Amino acid sequence: MTTFTVNGRSHALALDPRTTLLDALRDHLNLTGTKKGCDHGQCGACTVLVNGVRVNSCLCLAAMHDGDEITTIEGLGSPDRLSALQAAFVEKDGYQCGYCTPGQIMSATALFEELKAGHPSYVSEGLDGATMSDAEIAERMSGNLCRCSAYPLIREAIAMAAEAEE
Amino acid sequence: MRPFDYERATSLHDASERMSDAAAIIAGGTNLLDLMKIQVMTPSRLVDISRLDGLDRIDDHDGGLRIGALVTNTALATDPRVRAGWPVLSRAILAGASAQIRNKATTGGNLLQRTRCPYFYDTAMACNKRAPGTGCSAQGGSGRMLALLGTSEDCLAAHPSDMAVALAVLGASVEITAPSGELRTLPVTQLYTLPGNRPDIETDLKQGEIITAVVLPAPRPGTAQTYRKVRDRASYAFALVSVAAVVLMDGDTIAEASLAFGGIAPRPWTDGSVNALLAGAEASDESFARAAAQLVPDSAPHPETEFKRPLLRRTLIATLREATGLAGRVDTARSL
Amino acid sequence: MTEIFRMNEAQPRLLDEMRQGVVGKPLSRPEGPKKVTGTARYAAEDLPDGCVHGVLVRATISRGRVTGLDREAIRDMPGLIDVITDARLLRNPAQGMAGVAPCQPNGEVFYHGQPIALVVAESLETARDAAHRLPVHYEEIAFETDPEAAQDREDKDPETAGHFDATFAASSVTIDARYRTDAQAAAAMEPHAAIAQWSGETVLLRGSLQMLRFNRDELADSLGIDPERVRILSPFIGGGFGSKLGIGPEAVAAAIASEKIGRPVRVVMSRQTVFDTVLRRSETLQRVRLGADGDGRLRAISHDDLVSNLPGESFAEPVSQASQFLYGADGLSFSQTLARVSRTPSGSVRAPGEAVGMLALESAMDELAEKLGLCPVELRLRNIPETHPMTGQAYSVRRLADCLRTGAEQFGWARRGAPGAQVEGDWRIGMGVASAARKSALVQSAARVRLLGDRAVVETDMTDIGTGSYAILGQIAGEMLGLPVEKVDVRLGDTSFPGASGSGGSFGANSAGSAVFLAAKKIRAELAAQLGCAPGELALQDGIARGGNIERALTDLVSSEIVHEAEIAAGDTSKSHLSSGFGAHFAEVAVNVWTGEVRVRRMLGVMAMGRILNEKTSRSQALGGMIWGIGSALTEALEHDPRTGHIVTRDLANYHVPSHADVPGDMSVVFLEERDDMANPIQTKGIGELGISGAGAAVLNAIAHATGARVRDFPALPDRVIRAIEMAGV
Repeated sequence: MTTFTVNGRSHALALDPRTTLLDALRDHLNLTGTKKGCDHGQCGACTVLVNGVRVNSCLCLAAMHDGDEITTIEGLGSPDRLSALQAAFVEKDGYQCGYCTPGQIMSATALFEELKAGHPSYVSEGLDGATMSDAEIAERMSGNLCRCSAYPLIREAIAMAAEAEE
Repeated sequence: MRPFDYERATSLHDASERMSDAAAIIAGGTNLLDLMKIQVMTPSRLVDISRLDGLDRIDDHDGGLRIGALVTNTALATDPRVRAGWPVLSRAILAGASAQIRNKATTGGNLLQRTRCPYFYDTAMACNKRAPGTGCSAQGGSGRMLALLGTSEDCLAAHPSDMAVALAVLGASVEITAPSGELRTLPVTQLYTLPGNRPDIETDLKQGEIITAVVLPAPRPGTAQTYRKVRDRASYAFALVSVAAVVLMDGDTIAEASLAFGGIAPRPWTDGSVNALLAGAEASDESFARAAAQLVPDSAPHPETEFKRPLLRRTLIATLREATGLAGRVDTARSL
Repeated sequence: MTEIFRMNEAQPRLLDEMRQGVVGKPLSRPEGPKKVTGTARYAAEDLPDGCVHGVLVRATISRGRVTGLDREAIRDMPGLIDVITDARLLRNPAQGMAGVAPCQPNGEVFYHGQPIALVVAESLETARDAAHRLPVHYEEIAFETDPEAAQDREDKDPETAGHFDATFAASSVTIDARYRTDAQAAAAMEPHAAIAQWSGETVLLRGSLQMLRFNRDELADSLGIDPERVRILSPFIGGGFGSKLGIGPEAVAAAIASEKIGRPVRVVMSRQTVFDTVLRRSETLQRVRLGADGDGRLRAISHDDLVSNLPGESFAEPVSQASQFLYGADGLSFSQTLARVSRTPSGSVRAPGEAVGMLALESAMDELAEKLGLCPVELRLRNIPETHPMTGQAYSVRRLADCLRTGAEQFGWARRGAPGAQVEGDWRIGMGVASAARKSALVQSAARVRLLGDRAVVETDMTDIGTGSYAILGQIAGEMLGLPVEKVDVRLGDTSFPGASGSGGSFGANSAGSAVFLAAKKIRAELAAQLGCAPGELALQDGIARGGNIERALTDLVSSEIVHEAEIAAGDTSKSHLSSGFGAHFAEVAVNVWTGEVRVRRMLGVMAMGRILNEKTSRSQALGGMIWGIGSALTEALEHDPRTGHIVTRDLANYHVPSHADVPGDMSVVFLEERDDMANPIQTKGIGELGISGAGAAVLNAIAHATGARVRDFPALPDRVIRAIEMAGV
């Protein structure tokens, strides 16, 4: 039996050890907001937060997350109560088909925390930290592919939500 | 994935005890699960070491650092000491994969990740590394993730790590714990074995041995450090060619240079003769071209990677231009 | 049956006379809140009770027959239900608008990676394991994988006007250049998925499909049943780009398995299977010859190509489609050779033809401009023909010249210096331009609109693959019925609704939008009659109807509901006039002269694409297309193994769609408004594909300008840029 918390709710599941966190969420907990795009960590559609940190849930075995706190897109807001980022994505049209969107938003949610913590990126001018810029957001969001290619608008939405937060 | 028994190790010793030919250690799992899903790896037992105490710390050690094997790529790249003293290591890690994967991938796992040769990844294709004796279908095949140097008639696979290239240029060592608890250390460059006629054997690790740490020697304040990665898109892609450089300048002259190369060999590649050629040389395109000529073979041993020759030559020159201040950006190591 | 409205003559601009003021506005998508909260449900996500899991088994030979499956070898796997082989399984997805089953190979293998069986198990984990482990026995026969070496090839008769050879020979300046484009994948983010569930004689399929009206027929034909027994639901589709035009192996396999097992079956392709079996865009080898006078007037245009497909597939990438009407010349010639090879079959991927053909044509135009010493924008301006150079058709409305001029001004084209002259450290900076053109079409479409007092419902089997159908159909109905969009409920993606064009070929908004418009127009006529005024005197706004001297709330006027259906089809105007979107793309790039890396710094697309129905979603479509242009110019290459023909780059780590970092923040789109009265009654043109058409060429031309070296193998991967730089000696 594996027990973990998803969006504040505890779940105990008896799963085939092969079950990934992604499949556990989608097929066993009916939390289908987390998407399967590649199942190999190559697209980012399955991004969730585990203990506040963004990871590809397709590359997690559910059994390895006993006791962890997981946040999925459903935990950020609902259609009538959107988070600032979710609202910004709607306003800026930061999506098209919508399939990569939950992953983009989960990733962006974590990105804010990483910037606050002073994490640099490959494109940062120096390694001491970084400030929010389009190039920084682009590099940090590159683990989330969007084939509709809403990229510039996704980044506008992220910038908009960041400004709203300040 | 094939069915497996999932077991959580209670200690390092316990993990070693549980190891066998049919078992695999899992920590971050970012490459192992990837390969298990397509049955390139088919362990019947997974030994989870991800929660073992003490392996996720970065400690000061002999003027340098001792990095636990379970330290995530993100934790290592963002550690303030690493950023200050070994900036090439931060940059190399940040050049790899995505933030999501770096949050999960561990130091030990990164070193032991498998090749991205597409023929290794496809169980319908012959591969001596995956299934010894079946042949190497990368030869005569197609693929941009293959090696230019250090290959054999039996294998063209390249090691894909960025982090390992930086560790190689920094002279880092790996600390290996035997089932008996005994420790030994090896320079990172000696961890890997070249394929020869046994491409399935990739490292010097023996049955039950576990990488428990990576040891960084003391930093070299004042050295210019850079990691240059050329790939088929701007981010979130493996290197076609990468170069890690640590250079100490004396005016316009290179006092010391240390280089390591990724994407071109079955291990992070180093060539002392290239470093020697650069030591004392003037920082100029001519010197850099001489270094490149020393490194890059006159023809690719296998035609599949011929395209990497000019790419390697020119990326080496571009990297040295950055490291010596002729162009672009460079990080300078500071004392801790 | 509703009477079909045929587009036989220019249509009045009724939408411009409406009062609600929602058409054209940058309104947010109504389904947006669902998408950003993960509550929009895609094909694989509504798991019925008792649903089991199917995984497709791939062929690991390139040509031959399956002689046996060793079911015994996996029989003992706990939870395994069945291994399904069936003569009705598909070799590959249907081509767009086929309406009939694609090839059902019945054990014959045509390409490496072809689905040959379905393993069904209680769990996904077991099904996937069993599909990997199932031993398959084959009998192999000879095959060819190289399009250039293929003996089995079809040389199509050249399409010509005037005398190309003579005019080319008489031209004072000529270009004769060969270009290659690698094969490409649509790579929609959502893998192809289906859940099939039978109840009695009918099958319900939740699918990820673009053209439901056709897909229903294709599924029925594949199964050998009447289309009336098939219902398909596809309310949300995680991207299509052509790859979900036709019914696919996953859907047919799910339906067959579900019928046999008597339980709902879900089949989701793995990402690798998507690459193996979903129709790709063919690689191309192209030869473009241009002849011009010294003053830059084209006298001769020729565009020849070699593309490939599997035997039996009718589709051939229409490479020179735009080359036939973009510029004029005295002599024109276009020929195509289709090679039959054992590779994953090819089909429509976003802007089939233009997406790769314009890379070559617009590169060649740039090479010609260079040779003439003429500004590339000016060369294009000098060669805009009066009428379609091949057919003599009139252009419906065309603002190509405006696009080029506006773009040049807004992009700062005048600052563009000599090739190779702008240096920033190891980087060279360059600007490039390309024209954009993509034919627009109208496809038979029906829709039903129901007015229920102060709200309305739109029903059609039209799909929204991210294009904005939900938004624009609501806007059209709201505009026509005088309702804010919040009061219009748009229901799509269900074959029980009237059949529409579906999403493809940039015709969705034209076609489904017109059907909604016409149905709403009928409602207006009925309302006018109730008010006792002429339809032209009826004004509807915010739920209030005014006509003659009467003003009444729609809630009073409509006792229960007014329902109308309408259907539209192309007519005479499609023969008399060419309707096409036109535009101009501008790109600025930085090229590292050592490493050959290319970074796009900014792009501008100026596009005239008929009436803009929603400024926000249209911009997204245009931007997305331009970024596909970046992919085709710089990163996207399907590699085929030279021996087996199989796709080596069969996942998203090895097939490089652009990432965030490949795309600059400075991407802008300017729409030049126009009305295409000949196209359809809402005066629109297609939007989804114009953005890609030519965009990559602007990037490639910018590389040539930055470095002084011309890459002719696309995409311009770093090693290819280096080769060009070294060959040019710059």
